[in-house]
Parts: sequence; structure tokens; C-alpha cells
Amino acid sequence: MSARNIGTGDGNVCDRGSTSSAGAPRLTRRGFLGGGLGAVGGAAALAAALSPLRALDRQDYTLEKFLQKHYKEMAPEEMAEVLDRIRAEVEQRHGVRPDLSDVKPTDGVEFVYGLHLGLCIGCRRCVHACVAENNQSRSPEIQYIRVLEMPRGSMDLERGDHHYDRAKVPHESHYYLPVQCHQCANPPCVKVCPIEATWQEPDGVTVIDYDWCIGCRYCEAACPYWARRFNFAEPSFVDSKEDINPEMSYLSNRPRQKGVMEKCHFCLHRTRAGRLPACLEVCPVGARKFGNVLDPSSEVSQILATKHVLVLKHEVGTLPRFFYYFDEDYPRAEDHVTLPASSSAKPPSGGAE
Amino acid sequence: MRVYLNFLWRCFRVSFVGGWRYHSWMLALSIVVLLGVNAYCKQLVNGLITTGMTDHVSWGLYIANFTFLVGMAAAAVMLVIPVYVYRKHELHDLVIFGELLAVASIIMCLAFVTVDLGRPDRFMHIFWRFNFPVSMLSWDVIVLNGYLLLNVHICGYLIYCAYRGRKPSPVFYVPFVFIAIGWAISIHTITAFLYVGLGGRPFWNSAIIAPRFLASAFAAGPAFIILTLQIIRRFGGYTITNEALQLLRGIVTVALTVNMFLLGCELFTEFYTESAHMASATYLFLGLHGYHGLVPWIWTAIGLNTIALIILFLPVHRGLRFLNVACVLLVVGIWIEKGMGLVVPAFIPSPLGEIVEYFPTRNEILICLGIWALGLLLYSVLVRITIPVLSGKLTCDRASGSGEA
Repeated sequence: MSARNIGTGDGNVCDRGSTSSAGAPRLTRRGFLGGGLGAVGGAAALAAALSPLRALDRQDYTLEKFLQKHYKEMAPEEMAEVLDRIRAEVEQRHGVRPDLSDVKPTDGVEFVYGLHLGLCIGCRRCVHACVAENNQSRSPEIQYIRVLEMPRGSMDLERGDHHYDRAKVPHESHYYLPVQCHQCANPPCVKVCPIEATWQEPDGVTVIDYDWCIGCRYCEAACPYWARRFNFAEPSFVDSKEDINPEMSYLSNRPRQKGVMEKCHFCLHRTRAGRLPACLEVCPVGARKFGNVLDPSSEVSQILATKHVLVLKHEVGTLPRFFYYFDEDYPRAEDHVTLPASSSAKPPSGGAE
Repeated sequence: MRVYLNFLWRCFRVSFVGGWRYHSWMLALSIVVLLGVNAYCKQLVNGLITTGMTDHVSWGLYIANFTFLVGMAAAAVMLVIPVYVYRKHELHDLVIFGELLAVASIIMCLAFVTVDLGRPDRFMHIFWRFNFPVSMLSWDVIVLNGYLLLNVHICGYLIYCAYRGRKPSPVFYVPFVFIAIGWAISIHTITAFLYVGLGGRPFWNSAIIAPRFLASAFAAGPAFIILTLQIIRRFGGYTITNEALQLLRGIVTVALTVNMFLLGCELFTEFYTESAHMASATYLFLGLHGYHGLVPWIWTAIGLNTIALIILFLPVHRGLRFLNVACVLLVVGIWIEKGMGLVVPAFIPSPLGEIVEYFPTRNEILICLGIWALGLLLYSVLVRITIPVLSGKLTCDRASGSGEA
């Protein structure tokens, strides 16, 4: 029954619609009032719903920023303009005049990072040096380095403790596994980004154009090392004057905005200028080594050639530039075993006898 | 051109006309949409911190709903294939309702992706530097928008022809219908590949995800269409035969069976192997190291799907009321299984073995409800317009005829 009512209603609608369009409006007062009230009420409700937008920071949404080009497409003079704007913005927001530049990679350099698992004492000084160097948000807290306290005799990450809180480190039955961006040679995060906001630089550092990222967090889902961080809120500092490191570059530690990704970039504003990463400089036990793998005389090349080296999750095929190593702490050279000529035919234990 | 504009104007007018049920339904939906808009404005101002997502679980309800709705959109082909490939004419007049559902679903998908972005104001960047064909997300942008255009064209053309009282010319829509069949499969396959291609997330890194997505979509989509057809039949004054519903029931039954089978295959592989890759599945089904936030959800989903399957299998109950119950159960069941049950557990434990659970916030849930209400509002309007046009009550001739009188 109701169906038929509505059905006939349709017929009426048609007729009414066409008659009014033919120039003979048959609008009742009640209909007019109802429609008008509805429209006004709807508009008022919409305005109320949109009201939180008044708190939006207009500075974040200027035409200049909207039209800013991708890092790789900016001409030098365009980049100079953008750097000027960022300098002014940092000074205005944080009260610090930054020494901002766009440092380029050097030809013939490919950075790698080695971490001595036997030496690391788990003091987390690297974590905090990184936060201070790279202007990470203090609240909500963002850190690029995560140190896992691992029980000896296991490499199972699920057994690692991320939140160990000890009066004294290292603890005797544990070893420490710091993890940060592995700057993979085959980076899944770069592959998945829909808009090329993240890419691998010629010196092997995977960087992000913070002004290009749309914040879809696909890279964060793709990273097997949990190395990427998202700015869920506007980054904030306890005391900007104290906290902000004024030495910054476009692709590394300049302040980020809400809604974009960030990650470790091997401190490229330091390392491209011939200095060492902040996390390495602060390490009290020398567990961290950094250098150019294309230079055979560099310390990292020596370590790769002579030490026992391993990478995390080699099975995911990411080819990390961050590796872990340890020394031979036993005199293996003196334990030589002479294998008989036909050793291949015998089990290895036979050969050892 | 004038006729076409007049057609649009009259469609607009018709969408405001209906009985009290229609008006209260639309009013309720509008209120929920506005609540969602309000919640989204708060998110825009404060950032995604207003959601329950973290660096550990970086995708949540938004992407879960997105995944489910891509399936709903793809499921329109389950009406198209019987009609255009197998010539099952009892469904012929109903295909358009499936395609309209696809349109509404894709728009909801796009809305869910947009609210998930940290910087939605920069979406234009996809036009300047598009990482195609490397990024699966760039493929998804293309296939989803392409599918939207295809369906808008097909529906728009057929409805406009009915309005003009012309016979639709096959050249203008049949090729697109066949393209849309392949395209529908592709949207859900590519959405599956978004997840499957990530080596760092073993829970997703499984070849069976794409077939599972399709099977669950072809169960949930037609089930949803059955429910809307029942409503249209009861309140919309449009003839829908029992045969048509029974045909859809057959499709739902087969798809749900295949879905349950594939789920079983997945479970066997995960739990019999007992490799380290099992952690996420253990978290989902049994709980891990004392955390079991998703366990009740997934067992509810499996329970609902099982009950629905039993109802569909029972030969004695061919009654449509039981069919409705089964459809509701399985739509909810698949929404849980595919949304929360697929997206969230892959993040738990994190790649470094840490367990951080995910609980959506009120603001996040309001945004989701707002988008659902928007989709239902859109679908209601589209159906509201389509019914009088297809049943010949709203036509070009009728308008000019009455205008003269």
C-alpha cells in the first residue's frame, strides 16, 4: 500500500516540476516555508559542523606552499626562495635563526653504518643525541633509534625488550640491539610511495621531501625495520630556543609539519660535510662505525672485509647499508685443523679428529 | 543539452520528494554526515593524533573500511556477469542497482582514503609526480577512479535513455559493461596487492589474499544488494521477482563457501607450519603474550559467517526472511574479517617484535559513520531517482505532455 502511495507521489512530482518550469508556479505557503526552513537549517548545521576549522593554522595552507615543486624539480633559484621562506618560518615559530642549506651528495661516496654488537652497552645516548641533533618532536615523542634489550642466546626480536629501564647498563644476561633506518639499497618504502616523496640519494641515503609527502603512511607499513615515523600531531618542543638545532638542511633535520613522515637520514647535513653522525659521536664505547664503502681504506670497508658481519632480516631482500658485526674473541688462527685430501667423502666430524 | 540539464534538475527535485519514511531516513543520514564532517574538521586541525593509530598500528578503521568497500564496489559484477555473459534475464532490470551501489561504494572508498591522509591538501601531487607503475597505490588510484567513471557512464547512459524513452544503443554501453567486468576484478586484486606486496609484513605477504578478497566481496556485495532490493521491493514500488533474489542467493552461497574454504587454507598454512611468521595470526585468533584485543572480533566474524552459511545451505528454508537474516549476518561478518581482521593484525607485533594494540577513538568512529551515512545517502538518492525513471513515471515525454496541459 505504501508502495503505491509513493508511486503516485512520483507522478505528482513530475507534473508539479514541469508546470513550475513552464512558468506557472504552484508553490504553497507551507511548502515554501518548509523548504526555506530546511535550507536555512541545513546551512546552519553545516556551518556548525565546519566550525572547528577556524582553529586551522592558515600559515600551513598558503598558495606558495600549495604550488611548491618537488625537490628534484626545483631550479636553484626556486630552491633559494624556498630556503628563505623556511628560514623566516623557523625564526618566527621557534625564535631561532637557522643555518639552513641544501647539502648535495658527493660523487664516489656511498655511506654505510656498522654497529658492534659486542660493544654496545644499551645506554641509549645515541637515541637522545639523535633527537637533539635532528629536531624531533618532543611531544608527541619521536625517536629514530630503538634499542632492544635482547636475552643472550636469542636473535628473536619478539623476545627483545623495547622499554627496559635499568639503573645500570649493560645487564649481564642481555645484549643490546639498536635499530634505526637501514638505508636499504633495495628500499621497500621508496617502492611503495605513490608520489615519489621519498627516494634514494646517490650516496645511499633514503630521504623524504617533507613538503611533498601526503602522509598516506604506506611507507611506514612497508618498512621491515620499523624505521619510519609519522607526525600524528604538530611537532612541539619544550623550549624551542634550547631544543632547536639551528644547523639544518632541507632533506634532513629542518623542522617537520604535522601529517608527514620522517626518518633517519644518516645526519646528512653533517656527514655530507665530512663530519660523523650524532649517534656515532656520542657513543661512549665506540660501538658505531660510519664511512664510505667505496673507499677500500675506510674503516667500514675494513670491517666488512675482516669481521663477522650480519644484517637484520636478510630474507626480505632489502640489502641494508646498516650492518651489525662482532669480533673473533678466540684465537681461531691457532686452532687450524688439517683436512685430509678426500675430506669431501667423509663427514666433517671425521675430518676434525 | 537543455533537455539534459532539465533532466538533471528534475532528478535533483525528485531526490527531495518522498514519504515520511524517506524523509526521516534522509534526515537521519544527513545528521550523521554532519557529525562526521565535524569530527573530520577536528582531525584536520589537530592531526591524526585524534585517531587510535600509532607508529605501530599506522592503518586502522579507515583503511579497513576502504578495503571492505572496494569489495562492495567490485561485487556489482556478480549481477553483470549473469545478465551479460549467461543471459539470465530475471536480473536484467536489477543490474543497474548493483552498478549504482558500485558508484556509491567507490565514492566512500575515496572518502576513506582521503580522511586517512595526513596532508589531504597535497593530493594534487599525484598529478605531478606519480610513482606509476612501481607503487601499487598509484595503480589503485587509477583503477578505482576508472571504475567510478565506467559505472557513472553506464548508469547515467541507461537512466538517461529511459528518461528520453529511447532504446539504449548497445555501442555506447555494452563494450563498457564488458570492460567493467574485468575492471571490477582488477580493483579488488590491486587492493589486495597493496598488502600482499610488502615483504616486511608476513601476515599480508600471502598469495591467497587476492582470491580471498574476491570471494568475500562476491559474498558480501550481492548479500548487501539482496537487502537493498528487499527494501526497494517493499517501499519503492518496483517489481523484483523472487527468482532474481534466489539467483543472487545462489551466488552468495557459492562465494561464501569459497571464502570459508580459503580462510581454512590460510589458517592451516599459518598454524601447521608454526613458523615465526605466525605471530600476527596468533594474535588475531588466540592472542599473543597476554594481548587479545582482536580475538573476540574475529571469532564473532567466523561465527556469523558460519551461521549465515548454514542458513544458506538449509534446503528447507527457502523463505526470504531467512535469506535476509543470513545476508545481514554475513555482511557484518565479512566486514569484521576483512577490515579489522585483515588490516590491523599485520601491524601486531611490529616489525621489531613490539606489541601495541589498536583501539579506534570516538572521533575516528564518527568519521567512519559519517562516510557510511554519506554513501547510504548517495545510494538512496540514486535509487530514488532511478526507480521512477525506469518504471516510466518520470520521462521526458511525460514532462512535456503535462507541461502543455
